[in-house]
Amino acid sequence: MNKPAYTRRLGLYLLIGVYFGIVLTKSEAISWYRIQEMFRFQAFHMYGIIGAAIIVGLISVQLIKRKGARDLDGQPINIPPKNMGSGTRYWLGGTIFGLGWALTGACPGPMFALIGNGIWVMLPAVVAAVLGTWAYGALRPHLPH
Amino acid sequence: MMELLTGPWPWYVTGPLIGLVVPMLLLAGGKQFGVSENLRHMCAAAVPTKAEFFNYDWRGGIWNMTMIVGVLVGGAIAALFLSSGDPIALSDAAIADMSALGITEFNGLAPDSIFTLEGLSTVNGLIMIVGGGFLVGFGSRYAGGCTSGHAISGLSDLQLPSLIAVIGFFAGGLIATFFVLPWLL
Repeated sequence: MNKPAYTRRLGLYLLIGVYFGIVLTKSEAISWYRIQEMFRFQAFHMYGIIGAAIIVGLISVQLIKRKGARDLDGQPINIPPKNMGSGTRYWLGGTIFGLGWALTGACPGPMFALIGNGIWVMLPAVVAAVLGTWAYGALRPHLPH
Repeated sequence: MMELLTGPWPWYVTGPLIGLVVPMLLLAGGKQFGVSENLRHMCAAAVPTKAEFFNYDWRGGIWNMTMIVGVLVGGAIAALFLSSGDPIALSDAAIADMSALGITEFNGLAPDSIFTLEGLSTVNGLIMIVGGGFLVGFGSRYAGGCTSGHAISGLSDLQLPSLIAVIGFFAGGLIATFFVLPWLL
């Protein structure tokens, strides 16, 4: 892609991000209270959001695959399958992530949306998340995957 | 019309709108939805390290980091122009449980007693915000994805590893909710 086209494409990703940030905020999925309510099974709200998002995502992905849709550059869209390995990384890494999700009440997307909402303490949370990623990278050769 | 936008948006509107991000990114450039990948890019770009995990060209993730700047801007737009300022309509059961743990106010997006600079300066606030953030970063890269990459993107593609990761997300969330938070709140 030449330079102006590349810049235009970045503008498109920025717009998709703005859209996602608005919808995330309006969905209330960025609320610590809503996450607590979800883990306590005391409302359908979060399950409805996640379930409906998956259904729409699923239908879209199936349509894209069956129609052999191409992206804006005319390239075929391929979605590489995830490597199962021993499976350890998925349940163990997932559990560690879940602990952090309930404590902060925010997964990575909502952390950024919360900063936009003026919840400034999510800035140190993001810095801590970057450090957590750094720690994983350093320990990776010694961890079961 | 404006009240429709500033009032709460029901889950059956926001859920599908969130799901649409998956095809938007695929069609825009064959990109896969996954926010936590950015934590790795930020590390590779800004934190000195010799680890093999960060030895790659992070510039390939500029599109994703651009998107995440958009998420921040989108959050600000929603807060400034699309917010009624009313408290979230939580269930009575959730309010009762959280009140029993010592949460006294339910305005805004998170309790002010913890998610403010004053809260951050307490040991418990530090554990929840910085400790929790660290676990989110460590766990999402270990698991190879977060809520967007595994729960939404991965399950949309019927990936079994993603289902295992999502079960892990909930296991961890339940442990923190019922065994850790009662000590911290």
